[in-house]
Formats: sequence, C-alpha cells, structure tokens
Amino acid sequence: MDKRHIITVLVLHKPSVLQRISGLFARRWFNISSITVGTTENPDIARMTIVVKGDDTHLEQVLKQLNKLVEVVKVKDLKHNNYVERELCIVKIHAPTESGKSQITQYANIFRGSIVDLSAETITVEITGDESKINAFLDLVRPLGIKEVARTGLTALMRGSKILKSNKK
Amino acid sequence: MNGAEALIKALEAEGTKVIFGYPGGVLVSFYESLCDSNMIHILTRHEQAAAHMADGYARVSGKAGVCIGTSGPGATNLVTGVATAHMDSSPVIALTGQVSSNIIGDDAFQEIDSFGIFMPITKHNFQIRQADDLVDIMRKAHEIATTGRPGPVHVDMPSDILTGELSKAVKIPADINISSYKPTTVGHPLQIKKTLEAIMNSKKPLILAGGGVSIAHASEELLEFAELLNIPVCTTLMGKGCISEKHELSTGLTGMHGTHASNNLIDKCDLLIAVGCRFSDRVTGKVSEFAPNAKVIHMDIDPAEIGKNVSVDIPIVGDAKRILQDLIKQLKKQKRKHEELSTSENTLENSNSKFLDISEWSDEVKKLKEESEKELSVTAEEKQKTKETKETKEEEKIEKIEKIHPKVAIYDLMEAIYDIDPELENTYVTTDVGQNQMWMARYFKFKKDALITSGGLGTMGFGFPAALGVKFAKPKANVISISGDGGFLMNSQELATMAHYDIPVVAVIFNNRALGMVHQLQSVLNNRQSQIDLGETPDFIQLAHSYGVMAERVSNSKDLKETLKKAILMNKPYVIEVMIDSGYAVKVVAPGANLTKMIEPENKEPCSEKILFKDMVSKL
Repeated sequence: MDKRHIITVLVLHKPSVLQRISGLFARRWFNISSITVGTTENPDIARMTIVVKGDDTHLEQVLKQLNKLVEVVKVKDLKHNNYVERELCIVKIHAPTESGKSQITQYANIFRGSIVDLSAETITVEITGDESKINAFLDLVRPLGIKEVARTGLTALMRGSKILKSNKK
Repeated sequence: MNGAEALIKALEAEGTKVIFGYPGGVLVSFYESLCDSNMIHILTRHEQAAAHMADGYARVSGKAGVCIGTSGPGATNLVTGVATAHMDSSPVIALTGQVSSNIIGDDAFQEIDSFGIFMPITKHNFQIRQADDLVDIMRKAHEIATTGRPGPVHVDMPSDILTGELSKAVKIPADINISSYKPTTVGHPLQIKKTLEAIMNSKKPLILAGGGVSIAHASEELLEFAELLNIPVCTTLMGKGCISEKHELSTGLTGMHGTHASNNLIDKCDLLIAVGCRFSDRVTGKVSEFAPNAKVIHMDIDPAEIGKNVSVDIPIVGDAKRILQDLIKQLKKQKRKHEELSTSENTLENSNSKFLDISEWSDEVKKLKEESEKELSVTAEEKQKTKETKETKEEEKIEKIEKIHPKVAIYDLMEAIYDIDPELENTYVTTDVGQNQMWMARYFKFKKDALITSGGLGTMGFGFPAALGVKFAKPKANVISISGDGGFLMNSQELATMAHYDIPVVAVIFNNRALGMVHQLQSVLNNRQSQIDLGETPDFIQLAHSYGVMAERVSNSKDLKETLKKAILMNKPYVIEVMIDSGYAVKVVAPGANLTKMIEPENKEPCSEKILFKDMVSKL
C-alpha cells in the first residue's frame, strides 16, 4: 500500500548535488511529492527533506539508492510520526473590501499566520505548519479568491534529543 | 606546473600505464604534456572504442582503465562505452575535456553538458573547477572506481583548468578520506550464522554465482565453499567461468539462454545462495515464478542490489571473497565437530551420518545435467550440417558457399583454444552481443573466468575493441574476440588501431548476414520478420586486408580449428571470418516467461524483402 514517507538526507554542500538526487529519482521512477534543501549548522553539509509516496519495498530502494550516492552523508526515514514537520506557505488572497480583509485577518489569527503584505485589492498571508494545516487554511480562503500561492514543501526534524550525525569533520 | 602536467603526474601516481583516447582542441595541453610521460597512449579511431578498450583492460588487469575524449562529440562518443562499464561494474576512469570555464553555458563550439550526461551512467563524476583540485580529485576518482562495487568515474576538465598554473606544488595524497563513501566489505556475523543454519536445514541447495565473484577474485573460495557442501553451482552470464564449467558441480548458465539443468534446478531448489549477482530480468525470467520453492540468501557488496528484483530471506552485504572466507571458516569448524562427534559416539546411526546430507538432490542434479549435456553436445546430424548453399550474388555469377552450424563452430573454437592452452591459464575471450554471445555462453565451457562480455548493457561493438584493451592488460595472453557480422561492423574501424600498433589479437567474425538475436526474438514473439537481414555485408577479408591485417574466411569445421590455432600461435593481428548457417536458432526462454519454459524457435533463414533505393523513392 502506498504510504507517505518523509526522508531526511544530509549531503555534501556542493554544486550539482540536487541534480544528482533529482536525477536518481527521475531515472528510477520514484515520485517526489516535495523536496526542500537548505544549509545546516555545518557549512559543508546541506539537509534535504524529501517526501515520497510508495510501499515499503519502494521506500527501501529509495533509501538504498540514495545511500549509494557518494555525496550523500546520511539518509534516514522519519518513522512513526516521531518528528516535527513544517511547511511555509505564502498566499495572496483577493480582498477588495474592508470586510473581506478583516475576515482574512481573523482566519490568519486563528491559524497563527501573519499578514505580510497588503494592497487595495489583496492581502498576503504567511502561514507555517504541517501539510494538513496549510491545506485547511487554503480551503478556508479559497471561496474568497486565491490569487497566488507559494509553498516551500516540507521540512522536518526528529523529536527529542535524537539527531542525524554527519560524521564529517 | 599547469593542470595538464599535474594530471599526468596524478595518473602516473595511480599506476596508470596506458590511456586509450582521441585528442581534440581542448585537450591540446594534455597531449602536449603526455609527450613528457612514460605512459602509453593508444590513439583509437573512435572514442566509443577507447572506452571499451579501457573497460577490457580494467576487467582483466584489476586496475582502473583510463580513456579520454575531447569536449562535445568526443565526450558523447564515450558515453556508450562508459555506460557499458557502468552496467558491468568495471572500474573505468573517463576523462573529458571541456570548453574554457569562462564560456561554459554559452553553447560554445563543442560544448556539451558532459557532467550532466555522464551523471546517471557513472558511479560518480566530477567537474574540476580549479587546477589545484586536480590531483585530489584524480585520487578520489580512482578510489571510488576501484573499491566497493567498482564502476566508472567521469572527470570533466575545462581547458583553462588544464592550461592554468597551480598555486602550490603538487602533492599526491597517499590516502584519501571520502567521509560519505565507506563501502561495507565484511559480512555481518549474524547473517553469516543465519546462512549456515539455512544451509544445514536445506535439502536442495543451489549456488547462483554472478560477475561479483570474478570481480572480488573469489573463484577459489566459491569452489571451496561449493565442494565443502557438495552444492551445485549455476552461473549468470557475467559469472561464467568463476567455477570451471568442466567441474562436476557446475551446471552451466542460467536464465533466458541457460541450460536445462540450471533453469530447472532454480525451479526445484529449496535454498538459493546467490553470490555477487543482481538478479537481472535475463536471469530471473518471470520474477513471481523465480525459484518458487526457495529461501533466498543474497551476498552482494552493493546493498541496493539486495531485494531490488527478488525478495531475499537472508541478506549479506560485503565483499564476496571475504564473506565466503568467513563461511568456509565456520563450515570447517562445524565439520570438524561433526566428525569428532561421529567417531567418538560411533553409533551405527552416527557413523553413517553426513555433514550435510543432500545425496538425493545430488542424484537429481546428476540426472538433469545428463539431459543438459545431451542437448548441449554436437549431434552427428549437426556435425554434418555444414552445408552447401547456392547464393546469387550478381545476376550471372552463381556462388557456392559452405556454412558451419554455429554449435559446431563454438566446439571447434573450444577445441582449438584448449589444444593450445589446456588449462586456459593464458587465454581471454571477448564476445560481442547477439547470438555469437549466447552461443558462447551456452556451449563454450570455460575453466576459469576468461570471458569478457557486455552482460548488462548488451552493447554491440564491444567485443573487438575490448579485446584490444585486454591485450594491453595481459600482453602475453592469447586474446580472441568473437563477434557477429552486425556487431563487428559497429566498431570495425578499430582494425586500423590494431594494424597501426600491430596488436596481436584474433578477431573471429561469425557471419550469418543477419541480426540473429532479433530474428530469434521476432520468431518467438510474433513470427514476423523485419529489418534483420544484413544482406550484403562487406567482404571482411578485403576489409581486413585494406587495413593491412591478415585475414581468412573459413566455412568448414576442420579449417576453422586449424586456422584459429595458426592465428593464435602466429601472435599477429588476424581476422577470421566464419560463414555461419543463419537458419539456426538457440533455445530460449521468452522474455518474462518462467525459466523452465524453454522454447526452440523455428529454425529458418532470415529473409526480409530487399527493396532497393530506386524502388523506395516512389514511396518518399
């Protein structure tokens, strides 16, 4: 059965690593739901959070193939919801009236979002959270008229004191 | 010192003796610096052949094979050869020139994203961004190519990096630490223990040996392991010869073109011990019906191969040689204990007990092997099938051509080679891809892993240049390449390289004037023939002569044996064209079918309607 898997990957922070990883996924028909990349506390290491869907055999291959890449330092499948996950979404909503603006502000407050831009016709909200929270917010404001959405994709870390060590000096 | 000079120093430090390549504009500085080196450079006639030569060199020498091509078309011409090495885990270092870094991305003359192109067909690749990194990267490239599961590594070098001065003196690193690359070589003790238990509990064990055994130089260990337990061994194409095929435990090739014995044993066994193989579709046939009764143990250095195609009960990641050594050690200990116990208690039951009792299975293996031998041996009818055929070459001229039955031809080759080298200690045979390859795989019995073939990618045009590469790795060995007429023509320009350097390789061309393998597949799948008749192939004798290479055409069994022996002993570049009966098709398992369902395609001459250009024009 296809399940959603969140894989966290530490890679050497070098040019073309993303190309290598996305190429691996494309060539083997592994479908990426989302991928985020950013630096870590170590300037030589970047962290990727990859969300894939597939059964356990599929996941095993994804992990093993990722592990084979020379620039991949560590790979871990974040299991059993034992992690914190966040996604950033910026959404521009049609809001030509004061009542509309006020309604959206209310919604944003409930969802702990922030208003980051305002114009006569629109209001732009920044919201972070897990995928379902962001989807819920978007569903709520959709009837008002979403003009544009930018989502970062998911990033995640394990809960508690557990960390993914890079072993790299 | 500039980048090119540093590159030469780095290659010399890696022990590189020979480079196969083709120069180009961006490589001028490299070729200039090469003049001051003792390394040999072989100027091939096409970069694809350079890569195959480096591959052949690597497979036999155990060291990395180095090839080089210029930017753009030079790099893209290397691609097929590098992809071939990738699929067969061969440690090739592929160097490419690149346009100057200040114009990368401008679609400059002869610019191509070779870094991107080589990425999916190499174990790893680099693009050098500053001359100071060159030496370290060459060390890393060799380390990655030759350790763990070997494979090709590509290094792309912009021209200004090669001409640019280094800011510091060259220091060759003795050791290099690639923190993210640490292959596992030692098998996990718990998995070893589980393997031993599974073996002791089995009644019908079978070993499936792949190319990983040869790569790990683990043939001796494989034999000792098999003999300790009396377990039969079948092999994949790449594993062919890792156990002597004349040994009583060897059951021959398995898979699509496998022997009756091997394919049926896989179907019947209750424990399949796979060593260094990747369960390709050519080996498994229909995966859901592969080894249906067996528990599967899979030893491989590449964890990603385990469980990829076939689900595995006991995985062991590590070097095949090391794992087998550990297993043998444990087995010997167990055997000693067993023997001590049997003698000390000395009861009737114990005295008759065996370490691992698979005598019933051994009887079954013996019977299946006998059936296989019948099928594989040459019948009197086949021997006499060398036939006389009338062929109309031109309207007035009627030519009589004799042809040899392909099975007879393989046995002739085998006899001739074994007459010269009875233990096959000093002989290597390369094959091309197609029926010539499968005939060799089915009928030629190797006493050691002396077969060099393109198993994974199935690259036509591989066999002949690979043989030239092998000759540089083992200059004193007899090197024979076997090709079909189609495959030979794909890199026949290397006759010029062979002639120019006077490389003593015997190139045997099986000429059936057809793309025999596709013809066979067409027969099996839909029985309609299309585009498989090569028709007027060139006169290979004249072709060889035009390069100044000695050549002979043979069309009967006696001549083939004698000519091959003569050519090998002469130790000169030699071409032998063997006229083959094109109507013969080898037994095959249809793609995706169960391994035990071998079918014999209808033997018929390939024929597709020949339409001349002038007649085609009307359709344009």
